[in-house]
Amino acid sequence: MLKIENLHARIAGTEILKGLSLEVNAGEVHALMGPNGAGKSTLGNVLSGRPGYEVTEGTVTFDGANLLGMEPEERAAAGMFLAFQYPVEIPGVNNTYFLRAALNAQRKARGEDELDSMQFLKLVRGKVKEMGMPAELLNRAVNEGFSGGEKKRNEVFQMALLQPRLAILDETDSGLDIDALKQVADGVNALRSPERAFLVITHYQRLLDYIVPDFVHVLDGGRIVESGEARLALELEAHGYAWVRDRTPAGAGA
Amino acid sequence: MNTAAVVPFVESMRSAAAALRLPGSGLAWLDATRREAMQAFVAHGLPATRNELWKYTTVRGLAQRQYAPRDDKAANRPVDEALFPPEAMDGPRAVFVNGVFRSDLSRLDRLPDGVGLQSLSSALDAEPEPLRFLLGAPKDAGDDGFTLLNRALWADGVVLRVAAGVHVRGPLHVVHVGVAADAATAWHLRSLIELGDDARLAIVEHHVGEAAAGHLANLVCNIKLHEQAHLDWVGIQRAGADATLLRCTDIQLHDDATLDFHALELGGKLARHEIRVDLAGARSRFESRGAFVLHQRQHADTELLVTHRGRDTFSHASWRGVADDRARGVVHGRILVLPGADGADGGFYNKNLLLSPSAEIDTRPALEIYADEVRANHGATVGQLDENVLFYLRSRGIPLEMARRILVRAFCAVTLERIEPPSLREHCLALLVEQLREAST
Repeated sequence: MLKIENLHARIAGTEILKGLSLEVNAGEVHALMGPNGAGKSTLGNVLSGRPGYEVTEGTVTFDGANLLGMEPEERAAAGMFLAFQYPVEIPGVNNTYFLRAALNAQRKARGEDELDSMQFLKLVRGKVKEMGMPAELLNRAVNEGFSGGEKKRNEVFQMALLQPRLAILDETDSGLDIDALKQVADGVNALRSPERAFLVITHYQRLLDYIVPDFVHVLDGGRIVESGEARLALELEAHGYAWVRDRTPAGAGA
Repeated sequence: MNTAAVVPFVESMRSAAAALRLPGSGLAWLDATRREAMQAFVAHGLPATRNELWKYTTVRGLAQRQYAPRDDKAANRPVDEALFPPEAMDGPRAVFVNGVFRSDLSRLDRLPDGVGLQSLSSALDAEPEPLRFLLGAPKDAGDDGFTLLNRALWADGVVLRVAAGVHVRGPLHVVHVGVAADAATAWHLRSLIELGDDARLAIVEHHVGEAAAGHLANLVCNIKLHEQAHLDWVGIQRAGADATLLRCTDIQLHDDATLDFHALELGGKLARHEIRVDLAGARSRFESRGAFVLHQRQHADTELLVTHRGRDTFSHASWRGVADDRARGVVHGRILVLPGADGADGGFYNKNLLLSPSAEIDTRPALEIYADEVRANHGATVGQLDENVLFYLRSRGIPLEMARRILVRAFCAVTLERIEPPSLREHCLALLVEQLREAST
């Protein structure tokens, strides 16, 4: 589904990703871990098309298409979703309006019929119930006045509504207490399916107790330096990132 | 005088004064007033940018133009129904087409008791003397070239009076329509709105027009609110794309009177509105909220001049502007607190968005305070759409242009959310969205 080869990217002249390669197939959950500054969030931003990042080398394909040539909205319509590390507040833009505009724009781009307001309300109310979100969410402005935890839950709620094929979770666990963490994980686990893949970016192993990945990768210095199964996360937790660095001297990355 | 003689605009106005038979002609005091005002205009000329109130609005281009003195067919011209938004005009209305009052399009037969609404020309025909205070002054310290011209050449207008104690339900509409004529025409209208003690009224002023009608409308309006009177005033400006619209509204509030003003500025090639508010009475209040959305080479200028004269007076202004392409917006908010206006509370807040590197917005808040125990605040910003928010919307699949429209609509909508009734508010929001759609095509 997603194939990243030898990706180099920089922002404001500083190279952050230095030859990253990764392949994610449908149905898989990949966790991407690493110390601060390793390039985790940069990868999420480059994949979703955030302006300001410059790819200097390498390729990324999504279902065989050149992802890097697509606008952010085209990537979304193709089935990519980024759960933001810092979801933005949008005063004056009502959640229901926003979600319908997003869903219909994606459907239109895919050549599907747009939902009228009745069809959409039925769908969105069902999702609110299913995800255990407060019903008044729909009448509020997007993320306005939300706590950190509420914003992160709202990201997962949007994901449930938009039904992406590849979801990238950028440190969705940061700043969450244990209850909010479980709610977020429940939401993600409910969406796991053979057609859908996840790339879970996290600094801590904690989230992976609840979202158990198929693969764990360690990112350091802009490259993946170690890959393994879910157990790798536990070893990292026990030994710290320095342990990986010791095992893989500079220049010997994956 | 000799220098003024070479300005084509001034010449066309002089010949208009000679050619037109204006209302009230033959009344000695009015003839004299018109004559003196015309002389003052010729001597004064068009406002120059060295005039602080015209600093960012140049009329150099206008000076080279000539306008027909009237549209002879205005009384019979058909008006496209599409220019009239019926959902926004439920209730009595006075309609002017190319500056001419149209009784056939107006609806004044079902006015509530205690409300008098007629054209200025018929009011003058019926009884000139009560209008002498309004029309008899040849000039005023606050005059500029256009208000002088208006004194000289006004051909009609609206006289609206509400008797003391009368609370009018539902808004009255005053509609100014510009349609294509044989030649670009200039018209000058003078209006008076007066609310008696404890009277209540809502007015919606509409400016609409065909894109190709490159007229000049020069409108002066005096509003007088007596003790405890309350006026809700909504101005929806979507004049034709080639139109020049110059408005000066002078408002005086007596003790405990309230004016609540909403403005939506969308149309015209050059639109300027000077709003002078005199909070003369104790505890009088003026609240204003407004938004402009401009594109292409539109120019809109709002000059908001608030004078706190009475004790414990209150003013609040919250305006937002958006300029795209090569458009230019100007917002000037001046709060003047005179000696003796103790306890005054004034605020002017203006936020603006530039959507293009060639667009420009000039915002100038100014406070002048000569009284004690005064609260006065102002804040003005000019910025751009937040890239992070735009990216958030796009990452959810919303195309860039649509994301921009969503954010601009939200930015402006806060200034319209108190408009009543809700149907009128919805109408304003719909116009805003329509304007944004045009802007992005």
